[in-house]
Amino acid sequence: MFKSKTKLLQLIVTLSACAFLLIPTIMSVMAGLTANYFKGISSGLTLKWVFQVWELYADSIFLSLWLAIACLIVTLIIGLPAAYGLARHPGWLSRLLEEFISLPLAVPGLAIALALLQLYGSMKGFRASWAFILVGHVLYTLPFMVRSILAVLAAIDLKTLEEGAASLGASPWQRFRDIVVPNAMPGILAGALTVVTLSIGEFNITWMLHTPYLKTLPVGLADSYASMRLEVASAYTLVFFILIVPLLMAMQWASARAQRITK
Amino acid sequence: MGVRPSPYGHTMTNRTFVLACLTPLFIFSLAFLALPLVRLFLESGSGEAGWAIYLDILRRPRYLNTLVLTVLVSLATTFAALAISTTAGMFLSRNRFRGRGTLLSVLTLPLAFPGVVIGFLIILLGGRQGLVNQLTPGHVVFAYSVIGLFLGYLYFSIPRVLLTVMAAAEKLDPALEEAARTMGASPYRVVVDVIVPGLMPALIASGAIAFATAMGAFGTAFTLATNIDVIPMVIYTEFTLSANIAMASALSIVLGIVTWALLLIARSLSGSTVAAGG
Repeated sequence: MFKSKTKLLQLIVTLSACAFLLIPTIMSVMAGLTANYFKGISSGLTLKWVFQVWELYADSIFLSLWLAIACLIVTLIIGLPAAYGLARHPGWLSRLLEEFISLPLAVPGLAIALALLQLYGSMKGFRASWAFILVGHVLYTLPFMVRSILAVLAAIDLKTLEEGAASLGASPWQRFRDIVVPNAMPGILAGALTVVTLSIGEFNITWMLHTPYLKTLPVGLADSYASMRLEVASAYTLVFFILIVPLLMAMQWASARAQRITK
Repeated sequence: MGVRPSPYGHTMTNRTFVLACLTPLFIFSLAFLALPLVRLFLESGSGEAGWAIYLDILRRPRYLNTLVLTVLVSLATTFAALAISTTAGMFLSRNRFRGRGTLLSVLTLPLAFPGVVIGFLIILLGGRQGLVNQLTPGHVVFAYSVIGLFLGYLYFSIPRVLLTVMAAAEKLDPALEEAARTMGASPYRVVVDVIVPGLMPALIASGAIAFATAMGAFGTAFTLATNIDVIPMVIYTEFTLSANIAMASALSIVLGIVTWALLLIARSLSGSTVAAGG
């Protein structure tokens, strides 16, 4: 009797939390598809607002996709060898380096952006280019890539595998290419999906670094929330959800898969 | 550590190769993380007040009030998220039923929503055209008040706390609770004497994560706190409107140290952090 009462209470709390998270999300999807939100759904469903968003903000969507791909490439180039290096040299120096590059996870993006602006703000060409925003995105996503690969590499017996290959005459580069990369694949995949998802959604750093000519999707969102009618803002949010939700689910799937290996 | 011929005709030892692997990371984080942070710190002491600017944060009412308000909203968020997510997390990890996976997805999906989007969702709930204002007879608009800000922070804290608590709950032995119950303990005593102590490291860790994320949340505050002074908004206005670079830098340093230290505690207790965002 008591047990079922407690369970009922737990269920109510769980369902209320779900409702709190889900209802406004559904409302935003509906508002983006309703002809007139104030009159309600009876005013009819329309794709008018979605098309208007496309006309107004297509550039920002493409910039975000481009930045996400560039960010993925850079984090792979820097992160994959670095994760290998950290895995082969576990020591206090490696721990310190890993801890240091993880700072952007803990320190608010606003502070990171202010620091970048003060050091590089006067370099006009760099400041005004998309590369400046890319630096911010790489800073924020790199620790996810490094840790994701490192977790997988730490779980396999890298040393024995490499010694075996070395005794057969494989060079360090061959061992990296033929042993480390294939073994790290689940970590690379999970890291890559995390990097792309986070880059597309990044706002805190990007808002400070962006210029009027370089607006990413979340910057455009903030823009539309402040200046557009509710239907347009909602339709834009809907476009964002369509982009981010599948990525997020793929990311959770890949992370769970990589985690099974590390256990 | 043997020297072996490489297919490219030159030789490379293991050690040089591993060092070469770490070089891009080292250069990138030196140029774009270490040096900018040093500059940020130096800049904070370059104002009229010099290094006493850090005392000004506590002495001048505008900054002190901001600090107090930010801490209070973040604390309220932390405790509310802990209560809700622990209840839901225990329920979802102890029961298997149809639709469980869906509930879990709904509760964790907002993890990657940017703070601005969460702010907008709160506007849809409590803004002038919001759900609550439409359903209730009076004029109920709370999105732009402290309550709206609290709900926005709660929105992104629930998934973060839930994941940490559920990971710990999986490791908690259900037999202990069963034993307490058969010995006649009331559900309340089971929670207080068995579940809460077992989850304590996870609760402290996820509480620290929620608190740190709320303290540093910029996106949500940017959409909702147009009239509320919380630290990230004050940093933003000091920098862009008042051009008070030294104070913006000093507040950033203080905020950064607080959130970093909290997350360090969280990580040492739970082994993982789901931070970032807001």
